[in-house]
Amino acid sequence: MITIKDVEHIGWLASIEIAEEEREEFVAQFNSVLDWFHQLDEVDADDVSPTYRVLDLVNVFREDHVLPSLAQEESLKNAPKIEAGYFKSPRIV
Amino acid sequence: MAAYNDVIVGLEVHVQLNRLKSKMFCGCSTAYHDAPPNSHTCPVCLGLPGSLPVLNRRAVESGIKVGLALNCRIEENTLFYRKNYYYPDLPKGFQISQYDFPLATMGQVLIKGEDGERKIRITRAHLEEDPGRLVHAGTIDKAKYTMVDYNRCGMPLLEVVTEPDMRSPKEARIFLDKLKSILDYLDVFDGTLEGAMRVDANISLKGGDRAEVKNISSFKGVEKALSYEITRQRNMRRRGMEVIQETRHYDELRGITVSIRSKVEAHDYRYFPEPDLVPLRVADWVPNIRASLPELPDARRERFREEYGIADDHAKSLTSEIKVADFFESVASRAPPKLAAVWIADVLKGELNYRDVGIEQFSSDDMVEILQLLSEGRISDAAAVSVIREILDHGGSPAQVVEALGLAKAGDDVVLQAVRSAVSDCVEAVSDYRKGNERALNFIVGQVMKGTKGRADPGEAHRLVIEEIERL
Amino acid sequence: MIAMLSGLKKDLASGSAEEYLEGLFERIEKSKLNAFNTLSKESALERARKFDRSPWGGLLAGVPIAIKDGISTKGIETTCSSSILRGYIPPYDAHVIERLKAEGAIIMGKTNMDEFAMGTSTETSCFGPSRNPWEIDRVPGGSSGGSAAAVAGGEAPCALGSDTGGSVRCPASFCGIVGLKPTYGLVSRYGLISYANSLEQIGPLTRTVEDSALLLEVISGNDPRDSTSAEKGQYLAGVRESIAGLRLGVPREYFGEGVDPSVEKAVWDAISVLEELGASWREVSLPHTKYALAAYYIIAMSEASSNLARFDGLRYGKRMGEDRDWHTTFSKVRSAGFGKETKRRILLGTYALSAGYYGRYYLKALQVRTLIKEDFERSLADVDLLVSPTMPFPAFRIGERIDDPLSLYMADVFTVPINLAGVPAISVPCGFAGRLPIGLQLIGRHFEEDLLLRAARSFEEATPHHLRMPEVA
Repeated sequence: MITIKDVEHIGWLASIEIAEEEREEFVAQFNSVLDWFHQLDEVDADDVSPTYRVLDLVNVFREDHVLPSLAQEESLKNAPKIEAGYFKSPRIV
Repeated sequence: MAAYNDVIVGLEVHVQLNRLKSKMFCGCSTAYHDAPPNSHTCPVCLGLPGSLPVLNRRAVESGIKVGLALNCRIEENTLFYRKNYYYPDLPKGFQISQYDFPLATMGQVLIKGEDGERKIRITRAHLEEDPGRLVHAGTIDKAKYTMVDYNRCGMPLLEVVTEPDMRSPKEARIFLDKLKSILDYLDVFDGTLEGAMRVDANISLKGGDRAEVKNISSFKGVEKALSYEITRQRNMRRRGMEVIQETRHYDELRGITVSIRSKVEAHDYRYFPEPDLVPLRVADWVPNIRASLPELPDARRERFREEYGIADDHAKSLTSEIKVADFFESVASRAPPKLAAVWIADVLKGELNYRDVGIEQFSSDDMVEILQLLSEGRISDAAAVSVIREILDHGGSPAQVVEALGLAKAGDDVVLQAVRSAVSDCVEAVSDYRKGNERALNFIVGQVMKGTKGRADPGEAHRLVIEEIERL
Repeated sequence: MIAMLSGLKKDLASGSAEEYLEGLFERIEKSKLNAFNTLSKESALERARKFDRSPWGGLLAGVPIAIKDGISTKGIETTCSSSILRGYIPPYDAHVIERLKAEGAIIMGKTNMDEFAMGTSTETSCFGPSRNPWEIDRVPGGSSGGSAAAVAGGEAPCALGSDTGGSVRCPASFCGIVGLKPTYGLVSRYGLISYANSLEQIGPLTRTVEDSALLLEVISGNDPRDSTSAEKGQYLAGVRESIAGLRLGVPREYFGEGVDPSVEKAVWDAISVLEELGASWREVSLPHTKYALAAYYIIAMSEASSNLARFDGLRYGKRMGEDRDWHTTFSKVRSAGFGKETKRRILLGTYALSAGYYGRYYLKALQVRTLIKEDFERSLADVDLLVSPTMPFPAFRIGERIDDPLSLYMADVFTVPINLAGVPAISVPCGFAGRLPIGLQLIGRHFEEDLLLRAARSFEEATPHHLRMPEVA
C-alpha cells in the first residue's frame, strides 16, 4: 500500500512537485495500478533470464573521428535563459 | 603523518581519456579547454530529445589497456547502465556508466607505503561519461544563479575504484602518483590538462562511518583533505560524537572539508541497463592489447637500476614520466649513464619544473653535448647549470652559450696565476688560515674566483690555494 | 487505388505539386479533426513550387508527408504534444526525415499525438484531442492519432507515426487505414523522442499496403547513429506475389471475452478471405498473453521515467516563474509542464525502478517479457503469420475512458505483446461496426516484413474496405 509519504518521496526522486490537492488522487490511482501490476507475482519466473533487448546485436562502435559540433548559438537557441554563452541555471543551494 | 593503525582510506579516481580525439558517445572534439562555452556540443552530448549514444571504440581499448596495466581481469561481457539523478550539469537526467559487469575488476597496484610495500587492490575500472561544468557567480552557497557549460559533457572517463587499503594520506598520495605514472606510460590521457583527473576520497577511522570527500582536483588536495578529515574525525570521537556517513566538499582555499548534505541523504540511482547501447564482448581483444602495452614504470625502473647501475631514487625520478625515461635512455646511449642520471634527475627536471615546462623543451642532443663538456673538464658544474638555464630561457646550443657567456673553464695557468696573486695579496687571510681559521680560506678562494671572472672551478681553486700556501 | 502513392507521384510529376498541397492545406484549414499541431505551409509550398518548376527523382518525389510531433524535424517546432516542449525547435533532423527528404518527399507538418506518446486515444495532448474522421465525437486512437486522422481524413496522403505499445496500429484500426510497426531495430530511432526505447519503432500510416511497403523501403535500414539499428531487407519487390500455401496461426487468447462481437466477426470473415487466397490456418496458443499488459506498462513506465528526466527547462522548453534553488525550480517546471498521465507514468516508473522494488516490478516484467517473446517464437516456428484483431473494439467516444487510466491501458491488450517480443505487425481495415472501422492484425517473424506486407496486400486486393472513405464536411 502506497501512502502519501511514499508519493512525496517518489516525487522528490523524480523531480516532480505534487501539489497538496493532487496527492490523494495520485495515491488512489497508484494503488490501483500497482495492484494490477501484482498479477505478475503469479508468474513463476525463477529460471527465466530477463529480456533487456530483443535484438542480438553486440559490439556496435563508432571510430574515434571528430565530427562537426553545433555552433554555440545553435546549442543555446532553445534555452529559456542564457548569459555570455552559458546556460543560466537556478542556483545550486 | 605516519600510517595509523586505525585510518582507512579508499579512492575513486576519475581519469579523463582526453587523448581520444572525440567524446565517448559522439563525434564532438575533446579539445575543448580553451574554447568558448557550449561550442563543443551536439544533440548527443547536449542530450537533446531524440539523440542516441554510440560508443567510441578507442575508449574501450584504452579502458582495457588501463585494466591490464593495473593487473585486472577484463570482463567477458560488459554492459552500460543508466545512473539516474538530477543535476544541472547532467543534461539527460542520467549518466551512462557501468554497474554490474564493469569492464575490469580485481586488480592490484604495489606501492611503497609508510611501513613497507603495500598492495592496493583495485576493485574495478569502468567507463562512463563526464557531466558538464558548473560555473558559479560567486561561491557555491551564495551565488544567485549558476552558469552551465556542456563542452565537457560526454568526455570519456575511466573510473578506477580501490579497496580501502590505504592507511594514511601520504599513502593515498603515493598511490595516485603511481597511477598517474602508469596512465602517462599508456598514453591514454594528458595529465596536464585541467580536469584530467579528479579524485573522490573515502576515509574513516576504524569502527566508524566513512566520510566521502568529492571532486578533489589535485593530489596535494587529496593529501590535505584527508589529513583534515583525520583530525576532524578524531576530534569528534574525542568529544563522544558519532561521525556520520556523509558527502563532503574540499575547499581548496581554506584547506578544509565542508558538508554538502542535500535534503535527503539516500541517493537512489535506479540503475538499469542502457537500452540504447548493446552489450560488449571484448575479452578476445585482450591478447593483442596486452602485447601492445609498453614497459610499465615499475619494470622500467628496475631495468634502469640494473642496466645502467644508477641509484634507486634516480631511477624512480627518471621513470615517473615516460617522456623523461625516453629522454634519459636516448642520452644514456651516448654519454655516461650515471652522469646523465644525476644531471637529468637532479638538475634538468628541477629547472623544467621551475619554469613549468615539459622535457620536450630540451633536446637530448644538447644534454649529450653538455655532459661531454663536463666530462672533458671544459666547463664547471656551475657553468653547466647556467648553460641549461640559458638554453631554456633563450635558446641556442651549448657551444654557443658557453662562448657567449664566457663559461669555458679558465685554463690551468690562468688559474694558477690567480691563485698566486690571491695568496700573495691576502696576507692577513693567509695568516688567519695558518692560525687555524678555515673560513679565511674561503675569502682567498673568493678572490681567485674574482680574478678569473668566475671561470675557475671553485673546488679546484680551493685545492690550489691550499697547495700554494703550503708551498710558501 | 491499391498503389495510391505511385498514382499520386505520376500526377505530381505533371506539374501539380503546389496545387495538390494547397488543396490539402485548405482542407486542413476547414477541418474539425485537429490532426495537426504545426503546418509548414511556407517551406512546403516553396518546395512544391520548386518541384513543379524542375521535378526531382526519388521514391517519394514531390509527395507531401505528415510527421508525428514526437519525431525531430530541423527548424520545425517539435512538441510531443506537451506543454513542456512548446517552442522547442530541433537543430537536427531525425534519421527517417533525412531519408524521406533524400527520396524527394515534402514535409508538410507535424501531427497531434498523446503527450509523449503515452496513450491510446490522443486525448492527453496539450492541444486537445484529435478526432476520428468517421465519427467526429470519437477518438482516432493513439498515440499517433493525428497522423491517422490526417491520412484517413484526406488531409495527407501518408504519414509517419511511432508505435511503442500499439500507437501506430491502434489509430490505423480505429481510422480504417494501414499501420505498420516494423521489427524492433529495422527503422532508426535517431531523432525519435523517446518514451520507451526498448519497445518503440517509427512506422508508416497509409491508405494502402503498397504505400506502406514504399514508405518502409524509404525509412528502414542501418543508421550508424543508432546502436540498436539493423540492416534492411526488400519490401516492394515481392509485395504482389501470391500467398498460396501460407500457414496462419490464430492465437486463442486474442478472441472471446472482452472482444466486441462485431470485431470478432469481421476478423473471422477476414480469415475466410485469406483461406480463399490459398492460406491455411490453425489455432495456436500464446499462453502468457494475459500478463503482457502489466509487463509492458512496467517496462514502458520505467524507461519513460528515465527518458523524460531531461525535461527541466534549462536547455529547452518552458521555464516560467521565479527561479529558486535548482531542485525546486526543476520540480515546479516539470509539474507545470507535464500532463497528468505523463506525470503518473513517470512516478510509477520511478517507483518500479527504485531500490527495494526493482526485483518485484522491473526485473520481473523483463522475465515475463522473455516468456512472451518465447511464446511468439514457438508459435511462429510452426506457422508463418499470426492473425488477430488489432483492437478489442472500435473507436470509443472522446472522454469515455480518459478518467479511468486502467481501462485505457486494457485497450492495448492485443498490441503490446508484439512490442514486447519486437516482432513486426501490421493493421489493415477488415470491416465495419456500423460506420466505425475494424482492423485486422497480422504478426510476423523478426525481419519478415516482406511476408507480412505480401499477405496484407493480397487481403486488401480481395476486399473493398480500403476503398471506403469517411464523409468529412
